[in-house]
Amino acid sequence: MTRIAIIGAGPTGLSAAATLASAGHAVTVIEREPEPGGIPRHCGHSPYGMREYRRLLSGRAYARRLAATAATAGAQIRLSTHVTALHPGGRIDLLTPDGPETLTPDRVLLAMGCRESSRAARMIGGTKPGGVLNTGALQGLVYLDHLTPFRRPVILGTEMVAFSALLTCRHAGIRPVAMVEPGPRPIARFPAALLPKALGVPLLTRTQVTAIEGEDRVRAIHLATPKGARRIEADGLILTGLFRPETQLLRPGPVLLDPGTGGPQIDQYGRCSDPAYFAAGNLLRGVETAGHCWAEGRAVAQAVLADLEGHLPAPETGCALTTGAPLRYVLPQRIVTGDLPPAFPQLYLRLAEPARGTLLLTAPETQAALGQIDSRPERRLSLPLPAPSVAAAEVTLRQP
Amino acid sequence: MALERYDIAVIGAGVIGCAIARAFTLDGAKVVVLEKAADVLDGASKGNSAILHTGFDAPEGSLEQRCVAEGHAEYLSIREGLGLPLDPCGALVLAWNAEEEARLPALLAQGHANGVRDATPLTAAQIRSEEPNLSPRLRAGFRVPGESLIDPWSAPHAYLLQALLNGATLLRNAEVTGGQHDGTDWHLDTAAGPLRAGLVINAAGLWGDLLDERLLGQRDFTIRPRKGQFVVYDKSAAALARHILLPVPTEKTKGIVLCRTAFGNLLVGPTAEDQEDRVTAALVPDTLAALRAKGEEILPRLRDHEVTSLYAGLRPATQYKEYRIKAHPDRAMITVGGIRSTGLSSALGTAKHVRALAETLGHRAAPLADPVTPRLPNISATAPRDCHAPGHDGLICPCEEVTRREVEAALTGPLAPNTLAGLKRRTRVTMGRCQGFYCSAALARLTEGRLAQPMTGPTDRMED
Repeated sequence: MTRIAIIGAGPTGLSAAATLASAGHAVTVIEREPEPGGIPRHCGHSPYGMREYRRLLSGRAYARRLAATAATAGAQIRLSTHVTALHPGGRIDLLTPDGPETLTPDRVLLAMGCRESSRAARMIGGTKPGGVLNTGALQGLVYLDHLTPFRRPVILGTEMVAFSALLTCRHAGIRPVAMVEPGPRPIARFPAALLPKALGVPLLTRTQVTAIEGEDRVRAIHLATPKGARRIEADGLILTGLFRPETQLLRPGPVLLDPGTGGPQIDQYGRCSDPAYFAAGNLLRGVETAGHCWAEGRAVAQAVLADLEGHLPAPETGCALTTGAPLRYVLPQRIVTGDLPPAFPQLYLRLAEPARGTLLLTAPETQAALGQIDSRPERRLSLPLPAPSVAAAEVTLRQP
Repeated sequence: MALERYDIAVIGAGVIGCAIARAFTLDGAKVVVLEKAADVLDGASKGNSAILHTGFDAPEGSLEQRCVAEGHAEYLSIREGLGLPLDPCGALVLAWNAEEEARLPALLAQGHANGVRDATPLTAAQIRSEEPNLSPRLRAGFRVPGESLIDPWSAPHAYLLQALLNGATLLRNAEVTGGQHDGTDWHLDTAAGPLRAGLVINAAGLWGDLLDERLLGQRDFTIRPRKGQFVVYDKSAAALARHILLPVPTEKTKGIVLCRTAFGNLLVGPTAEDQEDRVTAALVPDTLAALRAKGEEILPRLRDHEVTSLYAGLRPATQYKEYRIKAHPDRAMITVGGIRSTGLSSALGTAKHVRALAETLGHRAAPLADPVTPRLPNISATAPRDCHAPGHDGLICPCEEVTRREVEAALTGPLAPNTLAGLKRRTRVTMGRCQGFYCSAALARLTEGRLAQPMTGPTDRMED
């Protein structure tokens, strides 16, 4: 029986835990919150669970179900426990309610997920009153604690999560005064983008939040609109989206990070630069749906099983992939040489700005076309996983 | 009913007021501290660069220089007893062009004249061997070993808590609205009710000139609030600099500093922007972007690190460079004004000076034989935190490793906070990378009904 530590009890970590524990391994899931489930746990509204359980569940019910599945399979879930450091080869330091502790598992799966960017990371000006929250904090307050931090907030952002914030507001009797998007159109696709209109919330595109006004509580939000500066009276600001991988633990090493994704570099099996570590889910690149993460957790767990049986191709072989503007990242960042079916059967890409053209796999002496794109930064692009015969290649875009 | 009478009324619970309250209380006086805000440290003391300065660059022979030197020395002598942190990392004063380089010898000589005799010149190569991340544009510099990092809030909290535990009284939401001196005592009207005091100390910081006018009918200086904006980088950036990195100062400002904080982040700031407003220190994105650019010019690798938080503070500058500390013998009052930017370093020295001035006004001391010394919980990165000891009941703020037990402890006692901002200053809760993404909800639950100004409005409990 092999010991496997999984850091993070969200959809990724819990689905991986169920898979690995079912295969007979000793699995410990380490979760810093007092309850398992990750972000869905904060979310009182549907839809969750279609892919995993073939039924529609609320976020909380879904989270409970994921945890129960992992526990039934034999995984141990340690709550209110924090990982404070990772060491080469998989040794990890914990801070438990009873004090520090060290684990020496054979493999570690990193599944810490992501969080929304803070006000500071967005460089919003003005004062610092109460009532400025991310969606995550808002949902915790509303669904877990039945508290309403404001009555008439402005919502910044139009990713999917912003519409989740809108539903949360509606549930709590909060009436947002505006939804603000810096870009020319809502980022989330139809039909979510119809929601503000249906709920009578004005949607302001090409608009930035420049400053927050108020001492103890928010009094107004200052905007830069195409027609000039505008002040909206509001008692709160919800900062939605701009998810970043939760990598604070990874900064000192031992796994290498990718500046494009902000997450760990992996090969097509989810294996990190230190091969005792694997990674999956939103830690790799920011937010995808819970169902996507759940599937990724399972797939990488299969790769871990293959690795424990000695079937995984050797690490640090094959081809290292890099990219540059207008592309923001490629994932995985390495394609090792081997026949075993990959955990990531596709190459995922994101643009840094809207662009179209031909994607190329470029190496000294060789160039191969990967496909045509015409897309925007908010769309996830995927291509069949290439099998390059060179040691390093760059994914580039030839624009017309 | 006779009004409560105090020997000393200290108006203003910033770092200066807190240190003065401690000094007089330990001297045996009956002290009341009057703070107009809902919590202490809510004015100039809420945002500074958290450095314990030596005063090497203060004007020679100035009162500021003497107060900073004495304040520095006293901090070092009392800090262990009070459980206050110290990171004795030292500072490097750096010249980036020929003009600045030319001013280094005079600045070094000034430091020596100010009693900072261990300041020594360094070549660019010597500096870069210790600070390899500095930009190669560096010309030369010198070292000031005594400059240190401290916790800007635990220190004044400790001073005030020691005063309270030894008999002083703290009244918050207690703005002084007027007062008369009857030849013997002051009769003060405050938002918390009237009281009498033998001696009034004006430590009202950003409001010092207006308070003088209110009580004395005149003022000797005018506060010209000087805003300082700061950028706080993630803890991952702290390894980029070992020392406090100081620029060559100008007449107006000590300039933009890069340094670690006692909490393990990396700080860049402050700006020096004059304004009229005494309350609002607004963050300005363009200025903050320029500050980041300045920081990245000095430490190019800062580019790879995230910004954790932004803040701005106001310094109570006046038309004068020197502190405005003055006794008014006929009115039993001492004004402690214009403590521009060195208040955290000088507070204990300033308190000593004010105590001596009080004696010239006839105040007589009978020092406490056996004063109580509280020990503050460590919330800095310089020593083990509460989370390393068992029974902490879990971390409520994972980014700053703040435990439930720490928050519970901070919510009780004579200096329990009234506001979330006050709780943050006492525990660091929500001050980390996620800025409340993970902990806001749990914190709202934990503090419900326990902060005079709740995180959510009093009517905001939803029907379940």
